[in-house]
Amino acid sequence: MVPQQTPIIDFDHFTFQYYSQAEPTLRDINLKIYAGEKILIVGPSGSGKSTLGHCLNGLIPFYYKGNLEGSLKINGTETRDLDIFKLSKIIGTVLQDSDGQFVGLTVGEDIAFAMENDCVPQAEMHDRVDRVAKMVDIAHVKNLSPYELSGGQKQRTALAGVLIDDVDILLFDEPLANLDPATGKTAIEIIDDIHKQMGKTIIIIEHRLEDVLHRDVDRVIVINDGCIIADMSAHDLVSSDVLKENGIREPLYVTALKYANIHVTPQMKPGHIWSLDTNAVNEALRSWNRSVKTPLEAPPRPPLLTIDHLSFSYDGVRPTLSDINFEIREGEMVSIVGKNGAGKSTLAKLMCGFEKVDKGAILYKGQDIHKQSIKERAEFIGFVMQNPNQMISKNLIFDEVALGLRLRGVNEEEIKDRVEKVLDICGLSPFIEWPISALSYGQKKRVTIASILVLRPNILILDEPTAGQDYRHYSEIMEFLRQINETGVSIILITHDMHLMLEYTPRAIVLSEGQQIADTLASVVLTDPQTIAAANLKETSLYHLAQLAGIPDGTQFVQHFIDYERVAGQ
Amino acid sequence: MKTKLFSYNYENTPIHNLSGLIKFICFLLLTFATMYTYDIRVILGMLVFSLIILRISKIKFSQIKVMLIYVLIFILINAIFTFFFAPEHGTTLYNTRNPIMKLWGNFELTQEQLLYQVTLAFKYLSVVPLGIIFLLTTNPSEFASSVTAVGVPYKASFAISLTLRYFPDILRVYNDISQAQQARGLEMSGKAKMKERVKNSLMIIIPLIFSTLERIEVVTNAMDLRGFGKEKRRTWYCVQKLRPADYYALAVSIVAVLIVASVAYFLNHGRYFNPFI
Repeated sequence: MVPQQTPIIDFDHFTFQYYSQAEPTLRDINLKIYAGEKILIVGPSGSGKSTLGHCLNGLIPFYYKGNLEGSLKINGTETRDLDIFKLSKIIGTVLQDSDGQFVGLTVGEDIAFAMENDCVPQAEMHDRVDRVAKMVDIAHVKNLSPYELSGGQKQRTALAGVLIDDVDILLFDEPLANLDPATGKTAIEIIDDIHKQMGKTIIIIEHRLEDVLHRDVDRVIVINDGCIIADMSAHDLVSSDVLKENGIREPLYVTALKYANIHVTPQMKPGHIWSLDTNAVNEALRSWNRSVKTPLEAPPRPPLLTIDHLSFSYDGVRPTLSDINFEIREGEMVSIVGKNGAGKSTLAKLMCGFEKVDKGAILYKGQDIHKQSIKERAEFIGFVMQNPNQMISKNLIFDEVALGLRLRGVNEEEIKDRVEKVLDICGLSPFIEWPISALSYGQKKRVTIASILVLRPNILILDEPTAGQDYRHYSEIMEFLRQINETGVSIILITHDMHLMLEYTPRAIVLSEGQQIADTLASVVLTDPQTIAAANLKETSLYHLAQLAGIPDGTQFVQHFIDYERVAGQ
Repeated sequence: MKTKLFSYNYENTPIHNLSGLIKFICFLLLTFATMYTYDIRVILGMLVFSLIILRISKIKFSQIKVMLIYVLIFILINAIFTFFFAPEHGTTLYNTRNPIMKLWGNFELTQEQLLYQVTLAFKYLSVVPLGIIFLLTTNPSEFASSVTAVGVPYKASFAISLTLRYFPDILRVYNDISQAQQARGLEMSGKAKMKERVKNSLMIIIPLIFSTLERIEVVTNAMDLRGFGKEKRRTWYCVQKLRPADYYALAVSIVAVLIVASVAYFLNHGRYFNPFI
């Protein structure tokens, strides 16, 4: 992109402080963005990147109040002289939660929402909706409810809803946060197509760097602690130490290159896996691959939980799960993966006794547990919901964690003893007297895990424990779970997170449309095209790297990466 | 699915295809007619009419079972209270007194009271299907636009339609939270004492409120960013143009009102049908 004379977005010594905060969230921002550019803004949680987005689309100061200093011009006009409605005609925002932002009952109506508010006559609305729907390829689902759509179609609908106003700038606020890997990949492709076909200025705010770099971007801007740390090309960024220093995960293939002791330089074009040139380092990769030793397998421990020919249906007609069979062994850490609606959550509900098994059985230490109530099962199977706010009902951490014991009539002395022990394990002891509202999201998550662990279950089921978390919080939560796992608790993770599968769970069970289609090594799941398609995953970039380097057994290469990391991590 | 219990579902029936505005007006007209008259013959006619409409709109019994049980309980309680508070109301209405049997104390059942209460019960019973039909066959967005068309501010009607739409979601979240809390040992069955159960239900309601608030923030942001509330009025994407069927429906409702009015005016000389004179 050739920079033009006047930038379309111009931050000049811009500072912003929320009234509710003691410190500014954005400090002395200087940033120019030119028409037609495609910009990626990355940064860890709390870095100020979302605040930056809110300043652009007018939610600040329209909805979130605070103190602005310096200047922010869009199309040459100071934003403080505009309001959120005028800004929405220049910048269209696609929010991260595509489910939450649908206001229309049908796709067509949702696309028309902005026009309805502009009092556009009905006939014109229908015309324009038809045109935009065709443009983003959802004309055929125009009369469906947004909730009946696939993940990719939902993204297209949200996009059409802002394109209807013919905005110049499109702002994507964490577009990948709630998407599975395959849908996330599609979303990035849709955004790129819009950029290429319509020449809009695109700003993507995300922390999942590698996933956005699936397609080209002009510049990557790194934000941390409210300041701009870097503003450079993807190739330069990935070759530098900026990512590591600012808590952003580098692409996996870059990590692999570093394991092989290869110095990553901008000349290798390492910004994207498809641009990466490995010719000079192929031999180094191959020899590293040969050098990794497969660790000796530990003898299998006895099974704790057995799922035996289990079938279940909500309505008695359509099976939600059919003939599921697997074992969870003592001290294991396993992923359950699959598309939305594949039956993962239902399986967890059956294990916890929230729903009753139709056919087959669930055995705990060899005993059928169908007669045991929810409460009785909770003594050995704990369930942690995805959203900690859906579990927390007390003001103080101590009371929240003690709740399960108090409901069981345990005496206060023992409660105090057990709660303190659990809080210690969970690293929450310093906060024992704190109100829960003062905790961060990750800390709240720990509180909910602690409140389950205090019942001393042998098996812990977690629903999407890392969804929406940045690299630091992801590592924090997962390292914590690894510690819990090392104390002997078996852990089952329902997840879409491919990093989690690679780094923490050697084994993965894959469900697709109620069928169990795989129960095997994570490295096999992430490299087998059929399983990948059925579970809405995507091929790991490590597999591509193996192909680039001429390593025939890509699956083995991925396994070597996992083995190496496990040894290196300890 | 369980969550689809009481929500709008499109079916291709003449009732679903009516414009939301017309349906709303017809609903108001018919309800008014039924509430106005105290003629059991007219009310039974209305009941039959609304049951036929219910049939045409292909609403399944299972969809409305729970609702119906609540209504029946309400009608029963209402009948008992009416009798205890005003056991002679029928006799004052009809100006005659034909006792059927002595109950206890001063309470005596009269034919007049029986007729009055039966009429009252059937009145409620014939209005309920109308409400159910309107709610279950009207797209919530069309509901909002039709309520706005008769003068309600659009922000208010939009709030109602959003509530209708998210109700099944909130129900689902409620179930999820309830199950997770039961796993922690919460007793929600009859085994717990009343006081305990109220206290325990707080453990579900508090997280429900907080997660619903989160949800509301997302929706309001999305709506603000797309210009909601900018103008004093707004247009509606899914308002239907009126079709012949809409005029027929309106005509039928007006005729119904006219019948009720003429029965009252010419036959009964008032709202009450009096067979006792």
